[in-house]
Parts: sequence; structure tokens; C-alpha cells
Amino acid sequence: MTLRFDIPEENFADILVKAFTNRSFLTGFVITALVAAVAIVSFFWTPFDVTRLIIADKTQAPSPAHWFGTDHFGRDIFSMIMVGARNSIAVALVAVGIGMGVGVPLGALAAARGGVVDEAVMRLNDLVFAFPALLSAIMITAIFGPGALNAIVAIGIFNIPVFARVARAGALAIWPREFILAARAAGKGKALITIEHVLPNIVTLLLVQGTIQFALGILAEAGLSYVGLGTQPPMPSWGRMLFDAQTRMGMAPWMAIFPGMAIVVTVLGLNLLGDGIADILDPKSRRQR
Amino acid sequence: MTAYLLKRLAIALITLVLASMVVFAVLEIIPGDPARLMLGMNASADQVELLRNQMGLNAPLAARYLHWAGGLLSLDFGRSYTYSVPVIDLVRERIVVSLPLALIALALSTIIAIPVGLFSVGRHGRAGDTIAMGAAQLGVAVPNFWFALMLIYLFAVWLRLVPAGGFPGWSAGVWPALKSLVLPAIALALPQAAILARVTRSALIEVLNEDYIRTARAKGLPYRAVLWRHALRNAMIPVLTILGLQFAFLLAGTIIIENVFYLPGLGRLVFQAITQRDLIVVESVVMLLVAAVIAVNLLVDLSYAVVDPRLRSRQ
Amino acid sequence: MSLLEIEKLSLTIGDTPILRDVELAVAPGEVMGLVGESGSGKSITALTVMRLLPWAARASGRVVFDGIDILAASEDQMCALRGDDIGMVFQEPMTALNPVKTIGEQVAEGIRWHTRASRADAEDRARKMLDRVGLPAAQFPLSRYPHELSGGQRQRVVIAIACALKPKLLIADEPTTALDVVLQAQILDLLRDLVSENRMGLLLISHDLAVVTEMAERITILRHGEVMEAGDTARTLSEQLHPYTRQLAQASMHVPARARTNEVGQDNPMLQAKPLLQVESVTRDYPGRRKSLLKRAVPTRAVDDVSFSIDPGQSVALVGRSGCGKSTLARMVLALDGPTSGTIRFRGEVITDKSEAELKPARRDMQVVFQDPYGSFDPRQKVEKLVAEPLHVLDKRPTNAERREMVAKALHEVGLGPRDMDKYPHEFSGGQRQRLSIARAIITRPKLVVADEPVSALDVSIRAQILDLFAELNQKLGVAYLFITHDLTVARAITDQVMIMHAGKIVERGRTSAVLDHPQSEAAKALVAAAPDLHRAIARRLQEQG
Repeated sequence: MTLRFDIPEENFADILVKAFTNRSFLTGFVITALVAAVAIVSFFWTPFDVTRLIIADKTQAPSPAHWFGTDHFGRDIFSMIMVGARNSIAVALVAVGIGMGVGVPLGALAAARGGVVDEAVMRLNDLVFAFPALLSAIMITAIFGPGALNAIVAIGIFNIPVFARVARAGALAIWPREFILAARAAGKGKALITIEHVLPNIVTLLLVQGTIQFALGILAEAGLSYVGLGTQPPMPSWGRMLFDAQTRMGMAPWMAIFPGMAIVVTVLGLNLLGDGIADILDPKSRRQR
Repeated sequence: MTAYLLKRLAIALITLVLASMVVFAVLEIIPGDPARLMLGMNASADQVELLRNQMGLNAPLAARYLHWAGGLLSLDFGRSYTYSVPVIDLVRERIVVSLPLALIALALSTIIAIPVGLFSVGRHGRAGDTIAMGAAQLGVAVPNFWFALMLIYLFAVWLRLVPAGGFPGWSAGVWPALKSLVLPAIALALPQAAILARVTRSALIEVLNEDYIRTARAKGLPYRAVLWRHALRNAMIPVLTILGLQFAFLLAGTIIIENVFYLPGLGRLVFQAITQRDLIVVESVVMLLVAAVIAVNLLVDLSYAVVDPRLRSRQ
Repeated sequence: MSLLEIEKLSLTIGDTPILRDVELAVAPGEVMGLVGESGSGKSITALTVMRLLPWAARASGRVVFDGIDILAASEDQMCALRGDDIGMVFQEPMTALNPVKTIGEQVAEGIRWHTRASRADAEDRARKMLDRVGLPAAQFPLSRYPHELSGGQRQRVVIAIACALKPKLLIADEPTTALDVVLQAQILDLLRDLVSENRMGLLLISHDLAVVTEMAERITILRHGEVMEAGDTARTLSEQLHPYTRQLAQASMHVPARARTNEVGQDNPMLQAKPLLQVESVTRDYPGRRKSLLKRAVPTRAVDDVSFSIDPGQSVALVGRSGCGKSTLARMVLALDGPTSGTIRFRGEVITDKSEAELKPARRDMQVVFQDPYGSFDPRQKVEKLVAEPLHVLDKRPTNAERREMVAKALHEVGLGPRDMDKYPHEFSGGQRQRLSIARAIITRPKLVVADEPVSALDVSIRAQILDLFAELNQKLGVAYLFITHDLTVARAITDQVMIMHAGKIVERGRTSAVLDHPQSEAAKALVAAAPDLHRAIARRLQEQG
């Protein structure tokens, strides 16, 4: 499919003004910043120590002492969510990094070279696309046993063709433009043109896709940890907390409600951020508002 | 037309072959001797060697791959180490749960999403649109297995309307079986529906800005007729793409959701197999799901050609 | 009694005023020309009549069509009018048709909707209509899809849709702007015939005074949303009472002042001995589309055994219809594309089949100006970097200070200031951007500039200025031009020699004035006959009126 998009023609300052008057962007930005802040704070301080098991305090309902209640080992759910945020963000961020780091150069290369190279990259994409993150994680776990690294690798691999496709489609829309021809007439090679003209013009597309994949990564990490293919206990993770909550739904629903809400809020924040960026940078979508 | 079809078919086959090589390679890397695993620790080296020969494990790599791939074609996946029955029997038993669940979820998500997308476009920028898209934005952010837990809490634990989990089997009658699939299907479908509704809406809005929509309006067709006759079909292409992707997500989702509802589907099978290190089962199920994803992508590619005449005349 | 009467029409979109007190009337069977430069509000006026305005538009005043108050009519009333009593033809034929529906469906749809005719009847009428607009059943069955048709053919389908129910008023918004001159003439003829056959009123919107003069009895000139002058076409344009009318008319006929140095050049044996550019039997094939799996694809020949040369300082036009291969040829001259066979020499050196490194010296002396003033700059870079881009080919990289100085000089030469260096391209107007484009082309002091339709996207008054600039630089810097254009007035204004290209071949070459006044080849004759010419059109109108 061909991708059409307009390159925004604005200064950084204009964009900044627009960003902070865009509701989606602002909400998403605040939520994401908050989650990130919580994750960072968790390195230095949590209300309770999440590694200490206090069986006497087990499955307590939310109270002024334990805002979100405690789990079946008496650990403070709020503190666990804080530490879990760190874990989720790290996994999703590295996975996006892998996807971008490998996918974008591949996609840009395919668009610049065309022909056999393009075909090879696209077929490789098809192959990786046939293995949803969960299937990769299952296979990796089958070989190496469970662990947090599996989740990162599986989600990261799945991100590669996503970014390769976006980068390729974006670059293909840039290459036929006259300013590229002008650069070629100025004697610039394909590599230089890709760096100087193509990549800067698709950064926004990649940024939007990045936030989407970040959000999907958080969902995927939670899913993998939930079925035991991701982060392993005792390291708190949102997915694992939900697994522990499952059998105790009847007596301790807060064990399920709060970690789930943490996921929802984080993913919502990232999606709003992505929508906001797309809104701000795409003149077409703005016209529709 | 035929050129396009043949190319897509060829690509799907190549992808399938490559994917089978990847899966086979993974089987090869895995530490441990399947023959030893099957016979147990007390077997003698001779017994193991005999079984290895019987299983063809001593043949060259290429020969073993061809043997394995040939087996797949005739639905012979090998024998489970732990159950000691052909893997295909296990799969056959479980797929009657997983496949209906995925299909019901897909149908449900489509039935919900497309009308919501249309509704939203019709009230573009007004309260109805804002509410629908706000809900969709929220829906996209909800992990399906957490949503499943909440549904169980609400309908099974609290209201006691449906069983909290388990599957009576199709032999217990279609209705009880379906009833136990209702909550899992909803849990799977709603987050997917949210994505699909958003895609439907944005695809329609994009199409409605096209010049040919203005041409249709200039003919005197009212807005609604233009939406149905001209916009919808053009907006189908991105929608189909997402539907294809969603099937892959739904398959993966099914595996996870089965664990929430204790459904005896492929997902349960896979996770049991992982804990028991019954690798041949793991690989077979993975291969099967990969083949399903490739097949659905092929189907999506073919449906593009039905929707868009430009593809039919291109190579 | 007027068919369409617009009185005191004012319109705003959001807070931006678009139209102010526009007055316009079209009588039955009359052709009214609505002329204006971009941003004058002419398209919005048309959309107001159709009531197909953007959401945020607010209109006041009176628009009466056939006794119906358009601005007050209900949406149902408007649906009944659109396509039945008022038809509309749009500018861009490539996107005006639904790609997933057959042309038969699209023409029959309006007929069925308005007349409640059966499918068979509607298709029958659609068939007749397509025959009428020049799309016969043998080649263009109803089952054709838009992508199987060329731009001109698609525009015929759009006209068939608009005229299917013989509307009382036809609105044509720049119906030929996207087509080449020969197609333009054919489409205008078709419109003229349809209008007189059915006594339709025609509101013809165009930026091209010559086109409007040929077609319209009366003319309304719009500028910044206000009517400047209106009246009988021939009288308005010959008397040129209003200053803006005069400005428009003169810009349309503008010929830059230039000494014809290169008439001399031809007599100069020194220059003749050493041509700047030599193109020797160049052919370019593109892989064709395979008809079936068994047959081999037949390649399409875009450029077919072309040879020519350009002397230093000479200005040569390459003229031809769209798709004749002129842009492909230009790309090969610029070494952006390689020929299938043949060689191209620049300053005596072969530039075909050379690596980018080997081409560096040639690139220094050869630059390019593109058509689209918006698409030819990377929106992410500042002017300084953009204009300096060709400095990449210099052997010795200039320092930052040197670079700024060179950019400033180039900007000065095209009439821009040194401060413009730190701006982004979007801060400039279309005409200024084309100046930037020229600054970029001359910064390395090239010997040859290839210009691909450099003024066709510009408004007439801006176009005149840019042509002047080209002429001035030709004199001052002695740079040779290869001007690619479909517009004969541009060729006449700025070039010494003209080459006519048709179906991949150069079919005629000679002095510009000689070729354009006395074309020899069929292709040249067709181009000259089809080209709208304001002088001629006014003269003919005056003659008709006696």
C-alpha cells in the first residue's frame, strides 16, 4: 500500500505552541511523564519494601496505610505497581529500541535500493510477521527457559518488521519528491540523501509508531508475564500480579483491579501522546478537527 | 488478476517454508535428547540409540528436515513425549475450542466495530463521535486478560450468570458449550473492536476527503448514499489490513485467555507442554499457528484484489 | 432573466474572509468566464453555487438559481438540483473518479438517482452520453475502471457525469489546467459543443485569460475575493480600463526583453565547433507490462533515438505533449537516469554510465530547476542549507563563512536578501520559492540549467517576473538553458531555439519564432493550433462582434 502524508512545514517553536494547546498531546504527555516519574522514584523510595513478605498483612483491603491493599504475601500493592512500572517501561523501551534500531535502517535501505534488496527485506518482514510476539516468546522460552529477557527479545523481534514497514512506506513517499531529485542533481549519493533528507522527513511517522509500539509493548509484556513467559517472581510485574490475583478474585479483587488500571492508564497515556503527535504534525488530520 | 494472485500465493508459500525452517532449527537447538526423554533416565545407551535410529534422529540435517516437513504436510506432527500419543490427536482435541473462540471473537469485534466507526463518522466532531472514540481510546488500552478477569468478577463471581471458567465440551450440547465461550469471546473481542472502530473511522474520514466524493456529491447523492456507495468500499482496504493483523493477535490472545477461563484449548496445551518440556507439542502448535497467520494474510491479500480493481490489473 | 444570479455574496471560513460582495450572473445558454489568480476565491464561488462548501464556511448575500434561493434551500432541495439542473466538472481528472467503480456505474448512478430509471435504461443513457463525449463503446465499454483511462479520457467521463441529465447550468472549475494544450483544446471544444447543443449556461473558471477569452462571451475578474471588473470579454480585455485587468492581460502576453546573443553564436565558428551538450542517438526503454504469463513483456520506448546539441549560452526549448518523453530526456541529460543506448556528452565528456564520483565535475556545470515551487525544497532545512546543496560537488569544500557569502550572492542575483538565508522554505510565496530554486541552480556558476516546466505552477503576474529573471541570468551569466515546457508562450518568451518532441522523437527543430509561426511537422502544427493565445483570441472575438 502506498502511504500519503504531508510534510509539516513549521518551525520547532510553532510546533511547541501547538503541542501544548493540543488536548490529546497534553493529557498523554502528563500521564506518561507521571508514569515515568513513578518508575524513577521507585528506584529510591517505595512506601513499603516489596521484597519483604509479611504474611500477617496478607490480602488486606485498601486502607490509608496500604492505598491499594496488600497481596497474598502481605506486600503493598501500590509499592509493587511502582516497581512494576519500572519493569514494564524498561521492557517496552528496549523492545522499541530493538525494533527501531534494526527495522528503520532495513526499511530505509529497502526504499533506497529497491529491486532485489527491497524484495528480500519485505520477504524477511513477512517471515517475522508470521510469528506474533507470543509465539516467539513461547519458542524462546521452550529453548532457554522463562525469563524477563525472553519478553524483551520476543517483543523486540516483532517490532522489527513494524518499523521496517513504516520506514519503508514513509521513505517511498519521500523519494519521488523533487527535492530529492535536486539533491541527486547536486551529486549526493543515496546514503547521504537518506540521512540528510529522507530520515528527517519521516521522523514524525516513526515517533508516532514508536509510541504505539511502546504501548503495545507494555500490553505484550503484561500478557507474557501473566502466562509466565516474561518477568519472573519475585520481581514485581503488572502481568504477574494479575496472575496471582486470578485465583483470589472473590476475596481480594483489589489485587486484580489496581495493577490492571496501572496498565490501562499507562497505555492510554502513550496512545494519547501518539495521537497528539500525529495531530500536531499532520496538517491533514488537523484540518478535520 | 491471475498474476497478482499467483504472486501472493508464491509469497505465502515461501514464507511458510521459511517459517518451518525457523521452527525446525529451533527444535534442533533445544538441548536434550528426545529419545532419552521418551525412554527415561533408566534406559540403556543401546536402547536410546535404537530409538534414535527409529525416530530418524541420526539422519543428516536436510533429510530430517524433509522428513519432518513431509510429516507436517500429511498432518503427522510426531508423537508427544509425555502423552505418548500422536500430536495431531492432541491438537484435534483442543482446536475445537480455540478456533471457534477466535472466530466468534473476530466476528463479534467486526460486528461491533464497523457500525461504531460509521456512527462516529456520521456524527463527526459532535458529542456522539467524541464519546464513541473516547470509549475506543480506552478500549485499546485495556489488556484483554485483565478485562477477562473483570468480566469474571462481574458476571461469574458477583452476578453468577455464567460459569467462571471451564468447558463442558461440545458433547454436552452446543448451548452450554457456547455459553462457556461467551465471556472469553467478549474479553477478546472488545479491545480488538476498539482498534478496528478507530481504524474504520479514520479510513472513512480520509476517504471522505477525496475528490471523487465531491464528484459523487455533485451528482446529487445525499451524504448518506455517498458514505455507503462510495466511501465504505474504498475504506475497506485499511480495515482489511487491520482485520488480518487482528487475527494474529486474536490467536495469541486466545492462548492467553484460555488460561484465564481454564478452557482446554491449544493455549492450555502449549503451556502444559512447556512446563513438561514436551517440545514436539510446543513446536507443532507454534507451526500450526504460524501457518494460520500466513493463511489469513494471504486471504487478506486476495480480498484486496476483490475490493480494488487496480490490483487486479497490476502484477 | 438570469439563470444564475449572485448578489452581494460574502463568505468567511472561520475568521478568514474569502469573498466580499461578489456579483455575478449567468444567462441561459451563456458562457461566463470567471478569472482570477490563486486565492482569488473563484473555486469557492463555484462550490457556493453547489452548496458543497467546507464545514466552517459562512455565506451571506443572495444566490438564486432558476428562481431557487440556494443559500436558503434545504439539503434535499440541493440534492435534487445537483447533478440534475447543475452539473460540475473539476480540475483534477486523475482523482475525480472513484477508483473502485466502473465508469458505467459512475455515469449511470446520477441518472438512476434523479430519474428513478431502471438499471438497464440508465446504463443505456450512460452509454449514449459516453459516446457523445468521445468515448466509443468499442474501446470504452461501461465496464472500464478509471485507472485504465488516461487523464484526458477521465476528464471526458467527468464531463459525461456532469452533463448526463442535460443540466441548465454547467460549472467547470479549471477543467483543463491538468491537461496538455492539445487535450485542453479538445476538452474545450467538447464543452463548447455540449453547451450550445443543450442551451446550457456555462460558468467557466480559469486562471488563463486566453482560455476564457476563447470560450466566454462575458467575463468576471476576481481578485482577493472581490470582483475587479465584469463585462463583455472582448471589450473588457481590449480596453483594459481597470488597472488589474491591464496587469493580468499584460502579464499573460509578457515577453522578457533580451538581446538575441545566440543568433550571433551560430555564426561564430568558435562556439559552433564546441557544443556544450551533445545528445547522440539516445534511447530509453522502460520495462513494459506483461499481458499474460506466457508472453514476454514488450518494453515501452519513452525516448527514441534522439540526437541534438546545445551551444554555450544558448536557450533551447523542448516542447511536447504530456507523455512524449521530454521529462525522461531531461533526466538523462542531468545524468539522473541512464539511456538504454546512445551517449550524452557534456563539455565534450561522456556522462553516460559514469559513477557519481566521476560525474562530479559535470554536475558542477549543470543544474536543474523544477516545476513545483513547493515540492522542490526539503521543508526541514533552512534556505542557507538548501541553496548551498550543489556546493557538495565542489572539490574544495567552502568554509561556513564562504558558504554564507556564496549563498548571499546567489540570493542577491535572484532578487532576494541575505536575511532570507535563515528562513524555512514555507515562509516564502510560490514565486519567491521559484527564485530560491533558481538561486540554488546558479550557485555553482553552471554552464547549463535544465528547467522542467519552471513557471507552469505560477500565477501569470509571478510567471512574468520569473521569466524576466531567467532572461536576465541568461544574459548576465551566459548560462545555457534547456527549457522543458508544454506552453508555447513560455517557449516564445525565453528561448532562441525550439525542439518539438512527439512520441519519444524530436520531430522538428528550428528558431523559436520560425517554428511557432510556421510549424512543419504534424505534431508542431497540432501544438501551435491548440495553444491558447490571448492576442489572437481577442482579435477573433472583436472580429466576430464586428
